[in-house]
This record gives sequence, C-alpha cells and structure tokens, in this order.
Amino acid sequence: MLVVIDYGVGNLFSLCRSLEAIGESPVVTGDAAEIARADRIILPGVGAFGDAAAILRNTGLDKVVKERAAAGVPLMGICLGMQLLFDKGYEFGEHDGLGLIHGKVVTLNGYIPKEQKIPQMGWNALHFPSPEKKAACPVFADTREGEYVYFVHSYYASECEADTVAVCDCGGVPVTAAVAHKNVVGCQFHPEKSSDAGLAMLKGFCRGEFKGE
Amino acid sequence: MITKRIIPCLDVRDGRVVKGVNFASLRDVSSPVELAEFYSSSGADELVFYDITASSDGRRLFADILRETASRVFIPLTVGGGIREVEDFDRVLKCGADKVSVNSGAITNPDIIPRAAEKYGSQCVVLSVDIKRVDGSFHVFKNGGRIDTGLEAIEWIRRGVENGAGEIVVNSIDTDGVGGGFDIEMLRAVCDAVKVPVIASGGAGCTEDFIKLFKEVPDVDAGLAATVFHFGQIKIPELKRVLRAEGIDMRL
Repeated sequence: MLVVIDYGVGNLFSLCRSLEAIGESPVVTGDAAEIARADRIILPGVGAFGDAAAILRNTGLDKVVKERAAAGVPLMGICLGMQLLFDKGYEFGEHDGLGLIHGKVVTLNGYIPKEQKIPQMGWNALHFPSPEKKAACPVFADTREGEYVYFVHSYYASECEADTVAVCDCGGVPVTAAVAHKNVVGCQFHPEKSSDAGLAMLKGFCRGEFKGE
Repeated sequence: MITKRIIPCLDVRDGRVVKGVNFASLRDVSSPVELAEFYSSSGADELVFYDITASSDGRRLFADILRETASRVFIPLTVGGGIREVEDFDRVLKCGADKVSVNSGAITNPDIIPRAAEKYGSQCVVLSVDIKRVDGSFHVFKNGGRIDTGLEAIEWIRRGVENGAGEIVVNSIDTDGVGGGFDIEMLRAVCDAVKVPVIASGGAGCTEDFIKLFKEVPDVDAGLAATVFHFGQIKIPELKRVLRAEGIDMRL
C-alpha cells in the first residue's frame, strides 16, 4: 500500500493524479495506524517549515514516519516534505525536522547571486555529481543527466553533501535538488509537475528496490 | 539555470477554448483538455487557463474541465478569471490548479492578495495586469480591458508584490491581438520595478518576437501567447529549439 500523508499542508490533487497516471492507487491519510501499514510512504508539503513540523509533532505523525523509515520502508519527501526530512530548518526561527537526513534547511537569500529571483520558480536541469549515488537510488533509474524538473522554493538543504544525489545550478552555485539515504529520498522539486521526467521518478520510487529495505 | 518559460494560454468559455482578438470577437478553437495534452507533450513549460464564463453553469463546466486537465497534464497550471474572493482560490486549487491569477478582483478587493498569500503562499498568487498607455503613462484596465481604472500600472504592480503576489503577468492591451511583437518598453519598466517572475503577454506574432523579448528584456521569465500557438503559426518545439540556438535557456 502506497500512502500519501495528509497533514493539511498543501494540495495533494496533482500528486495523487500523477500517481494514478503511473498505475498506482495512493491512499491519502493522516491516520498513524494506516501509515504504519504502508509499504511506501510519500511526505508532500508546501508552506513554512516550522508550521508543518509542528503539525507532524502535534499529531504524532513524526514518530510513525521515523519508525517506518528506520524499519526500511521507502519514504519520499517532496518539496517541503523533503526539507522536513532534515535535522533542522531555519525558516522564521529554528525548528527541528525529522532528522532522517543530516543537514539543515536555510534561505536561498544570500547564497545564490542577488540577481537570481527568489523563490526559485521554474524548470531547472538536474546534475548528478556522483554516478554511484545516482545508480544507488531507484528513483533516478530512468533519469538522464541534465533532465529538467520543476522547482518552487525559497529555502534549500545545506551541509548535506554526503547524501546529495542531484543538484541544480542557480546563477553559478549548486543548490540541493535531491537527497537519498538508504530508503529515504527527498526531492526539492515537484516530480508531479515535471511532466514525463517526473512521472518516471515517481514510478522509480513506487516500483524500485531500495537497499536497506 | 532556471529556464525561460513558454506558456500557451487557453481562454475557456462554456467548456471550450476561445481567443479574442483585442479582447473582442471570440473564435472557437478546441477542447481545452485535448489542447492542454497536446501542449504538454509538445514542450509547453506551463499552461494558463482563463475562465471567461459569466454563468454559474459555465463555472461548473470549467471546474470539470480543470479537474480533467489536471488529471492528465503534469506541468504547472495557472488559473485565472472570476477570482474575486479568497474562496475562489480554494475552488480552483481543489480542482488541480497550482497558481491562481487575479486581475480585476484585486482592483475591487485589494485584500485578496495579502489574504491569499498568507493562506496559500506567495508562489501561488499571480497578479495579472491589463495595461494600456493613456496620455503617455501606463494605466491599469479592468473588466477584460474595457475600463480604465486610472491606476498607474508600475505602482500598482509594486504594491501587489509588496502585498504578496509571487508572479506578475503583464498583458499589454496596446500590443495584444496585433501580432507585432511584445511590448518591450512596458516589460522593461515592470522588470525594473519588481524582483518576482514576470510573464510577458500580448503581441506575439512570430518566432522572432520571442527572440526579441528574451534578448531585449533579459529579466523577463516567460512569454505567453494564445492565437499563434492555437492556430499553429508557431510550433512550440521548434520555437524552443530556435530560442536555445540563440543562447536563451530553454527546457528541451
């Protein structure tokens, strides 16, 4: 069972339709017991880090997500969901994330050259610095170097080189686009809005074999 | 680098795509869902749907069309037309829109921008502005370009961004439907005033117009057009190849 976690953060319409388009039947739920039974989990999200992290904590969903991830269940965070996988987020203050990927989420402001617009909104090309890391993550099995995906974000994951699978170029500096650690994957971009390239990644997540499973 | 975007715009009335020339004389073109799928598979970077329906029946039809399109087309979808209240954001976002474009609604109800930005995030709030030169200055027009509000356009846009608009669509009434090229002067003025993405609309007649747009206004993020795409005068894959060959960043 594929679960898309519904915790009131963001719009799940496109994500669910894109999963259906690749032949999946996602179950949208915020129920911890149901999430605990999932064999694939997607953590979506749009909005501010602190608010979303607080919802996960207050509903106890943080515990079930961490527990299932530790048990080897493939977990994919998308956009804010990806950022929440990290140790900490610094959007309007300092907030604890799920701590499944080491690193922190900080503002693009001051990192990317100032003529670059924030939010980064639009299509950008994925670069895979390490062929080994790319090959180890089934999400990107059918993704070519330079593939374009759709981004909308003002914050980015930093100090996470060890788990970075893909980056994009923002005015000459690399911005974390995808991270993976064993069965935990995060995409800063929106695969559900990235046309065929994105659908292939979702398929890779839903059907691929993860090490550490 | 973030690429420049090519965006076909679909005006939808009673479930069908239409496109006005100078905002009048509508011509029926095609089925919105089919057209959206066609554009998505031919490399459009994003789609804009404008609901130009007046009746509630038409509005229901539009919701169905939107839901069906968003179930089959997986690129960003912006929806505009008839957005007057924050509740209208909710209505179209639930049907699969990613961004919501406000035009006249922001003039009659200026609170809509800050309230929607707070609720859904700035990335979701697009301020669309119909602009026409009046006595040498840029005026904001409303109601499909029929009524001069007297508002100075650059100041209006600057205020919109301060209030939370995350993207601006500049529609030049002076160049719209004429096919003589985008309004370079107007677009430069807007790009100089704000730092959020700016989409150029109104005036595309041929491939060269897009080259000129991105070369002469390097800060502009996207070119939007309807007629030239719907009638096949410009084919998007070919347009994007030419633009890339000209050194403009394009997703191919």
